[in-house]
Amino acid sequence: MRSRPRRHHESLRAAQQRAVPGGGHNDAMIAPPGDPARLSLAGITKAYPTVVANDGIDLAVAPGEIHAVLGENGAGKSTLMKIIYGVVRPDAGVIRWNGAPVAIASPARARALGIAMVFQHFSLFDTLTVAENILLAQDGTHTHADVSARVREISHRYGLPLDPQRPVHTLSVAERQRVEIIRSLLQDPALLIMDEPTSVLTPQAVTNLFATLRTLAAEGCSILYISHKLDEIRALCDRATVLRGGHVTGECVPRDETPASLARMMIGGDLPHPHHRKARAQGAARLVVDRLTVPAADAFGTSLADISLSVAAGEILGIAGISGNGQRELVAALSGEEPLGAAARADAITIDGTPAARLPARARRALGLAFVPEERLPRGAVAEMSLAENTLLTAHGQRLVRAGFVRERALAAFTAATIARFGVRAAGPEATAQSLSGGNLQKFIVGREIRQRPNVFIAAQPTWGLDVAAAADVRQALVDLRDEGVAVLVVSDDLDELFEICDSIAVIAGGRLSAQRAARDTDAAAIGLLMGGAQGAASASLPQDAARPA
Amino acid sequence: MILVRLEARPTPSRVAAYASPFIAAGATIFIGGALFAALGMDPVEALYVFFVKPVATRYGIGELLLKAGPLMLCAVGLAAGYRANVWNIGAEGQLTMGAIFGGGLALAFPQSNSPFLLPAMIAAGAIGGMAWAAIPAWLRTRFNANEILVSLMLVYVASYMLSLLVNGAWRDPEGFNFPQSRMFGAAAMLPILVPDTRIHAGFLLALAAIGAGWLFMRKSHAGFEMRVAGLSADAARYAGISVPRTVWTGLLVGGGCAGVAGVLEAAGPIGQLLPTMSPGYGFAAIVVAFVGRLNPLGILGASLLMSLLYLGGESAQIALKLPSAVTGIFQGAFLFLLLAADVFIRYRVRIGRTPAIAPGIAAAE
Repeated sequence: MRSRPRRHHESLRAAQQRAVPGGGHNDAMIAPPGDPARLSLAGITKAYPTVVANDGIDLAVAPGEIHAVLGENGAGKSTLMKIIYGVVRPDAGVIRWNGAPVAIASPARARALGIAMVFQHFSLFDTLTVAENILLAQDGTHTHADVSARVREISHRYGLPLDPQRPVHTLSVAERQRVEIIRSLLQDPALLIMDEPTSVLTPQAVTNLFATLRTLAAEGCSILYISHKLDEIRALCDRATVLRGGHVTGECVPRDETPASLARMMIGGDLPHPHHRKARAQGAARLVVDRLTVPAADAFGTSLADISLSVAAGEILGIAGISGNGQRELVAALSGEEPLGAAARADAITIDGTPAARLPARARRALGLAFVPEERLPRGAVAEMSLAENTLLTAHGQRLVRAGFVRERALAAFTAATIARFGVRAAGPEATAQSLSGGNLQKFIVGREIRQRPNVFIAAQPTWGLDVAAAADVRQALVDLRDEGVAVLVVSDDLDELFEICDSIAVIAGGRLSAQRAARDTDAAAIGLLMGGAQGAASASLPQDAARPA
Repeated sequence: MILVRLEARPTPSRVAAYASPFIAAGATIFIGGALFAALGMDPVEALYVFFVKPVATRYGIGELLLKAGPLMLCAVGLAAGYRANVWNIGAEGQLTMGAIFGGGLALAFPQSNSPFLLPAMIAAGAIGGMAWAAIPAWLRTRFNANEILVSLMLVYVASYMLSLLVNGAWRDPEGFNFPQSRMFGAAAMLPILVPDTRIHAGFLLALAAIGAGWLFMRKSHAGFEMRVAGLSADAARYAGISVPRTVWTGLLVGGGCAGVAGVLEAAGPIGQLLPTMSPGYGFAAIVVAFVGRLNPLGILGASLLMSLLYLGGESAQIALKLPSAVTGIFQGAFLFLLLAADVFIRYRVRIGRTPAIAPGIAAAE
């Protein structure tokens, strides 16, 4: 392993240490001879009442190495990172830092060692500026001017352009991630943990991020990169540890592996190969949105401006976009959960030709609309209620209520049939919703909506947080639905998923929707540009019908 | 080091949910005994006077059921609303209004022999209670006013209205200027069910309310929707459940039940309108509703227990010369211990050593 140069610029902490006799350099950067690993985990185990999250995990990260932790949702990656960062204490096992055993009792202790973490969900105050947010995390010995200067220096040095005086609520999600990264870099870390960083980035932003990470690694900082995206790991990382079900199932050099061999380590089988029939001739438009404009409910929401789209029978339209660009508002406006107010035109939304914009959620369901929300719990299902009761939540129109009373046997039968048909692993119709895993609950919710035989089906982030098998099942269910002539609208921030199942794609950015285009006529790069906000073709007009068969 | 830890359970324990009222009752009796011993009395004898003596006679059991009736009725109505996060605290006021409406009807037809008078009075009582509960319902759905405050304040308004009536327009001219209305005619009084007791037909109505409450909450679609609205506002909005409709239903059901309880008190043990129609049944019903876990069958048991605590307190005052606060002590201790016992529904106790830490880590600490 060739040695990497130590970092020479002076960190804030090192400046403090200069005043201490005998101190003066960053101890965390020196690895004792004979033990090349900066961080090494041996036999880390953590068990919760219902699941063993980590079982005897070994991991070693060398100085200046970009090390991937690969595994699908539920494999135990987040728990392991929380243990390293001091949020959680392991039940057993040893953590060694530069060869010496340590007990990381809290994030403050982790930071003192030189470990920094950029979480998937940011902790930033919208009303403060970038510099103020970073100042909050410091220990009070630096001035605002200090911090601003350092922010500018780091952002310039690592290609993360950011103005310290901008309030955070004006920043895009990618820029907010930069704030989190810079905040971590300010403490001059020896180990930087990045938790699923690319889920909020466009393809172009991902390339920039990788360049930044490579620069950091070249200077001697170790990086732990958590992800389930195989191609990113193969492009970026030096080594990878693969987790499955809480165990380590493999260690490898990603570049020497094929996606198939990585997948085998990650899920124990082959990645499901989607073989979806191409859409047949599409029918009439079933869901039409015409110049829908909805002002934001509060100062930090996104206003929808002039949204127009059209989904035909037997078509899947995908809406791509980075989360936070109006998807929630659009979906709430379409489902009827947010009333559009008296100012809205009744025909801004039409379902099978009937004006629906003024109708509440129940009336739209009566017209044949079905909807799977982004949050399984507590919105798509009530956690404490049984699956049978959760079926009643939206499917009561399926002859499950008579004279105001619930027909309990019919309800149990309907629920059992849903469980069987959609492969939901549950104890039965009486199992509570919270006892199901995320994947099984999502399959149940999707199945419940599909069994109501809708005309229009809206799914928001349908496979978020699901393991690979469940995600494949959900996508197959959506495609089967399309083949039966239903108009399907999918909102997702997973581009691969959209290209796999959608017939046409539009991009939402800043509350505006681009024109729809056929999926086969575009690619990830073009969509990525639109996601970043470069509108390109006119977005305000109705979609072109010429490209579609009548 | 031996540690006693509370560890979260993966799913709530049903056994603990059923056992905890009994654990709490046992603990209450134990604490009561200790209290009596500290006051210098024989604890066993004092506990006997408190818990057993009041119901040792047929008449005593009648008194138990007599007090349990209005508690049951009010609590069932309140529980329907509480399940939907509709916090009706003004059952006492709705009870008063029910007594005014029902009693007013009785006073309007003093000579009547009609068998329809009683049913009409009960209906009037329900309407009175519902009308009083409609005020916080309207203010909440229209102005988002807090129904806890509104319904509570209306308790005192209702009380003053009753006082106005029995001191003024409705005062018995042959009542020696006491603030009370005329006695109701025979046709306006509830028949006694069991001779030599004061149990009246209203008790059957209270039992019927328990049954209707169970049907509503467990079997009806409307009851289901109210439960959803109470458990998750997001899911309710997703399912298209109208929150205003839930608020109205919750408050009107509570008000109607309390109103009927009021007219049953007036036409039962009291027989006229007095400035105070109830010893705080509307408020005690709130405790009964929670002790019964907002479940009609649990409320049945809880109302009997609460009724026993009322009677025991009276008995202890007379036989043991204890202050009237002794009732409050037992009721409060019971509720407190119930909440403590409820912890075991969601947590279990783990006794043992702290989990092993590898020696390397321990040394470096």
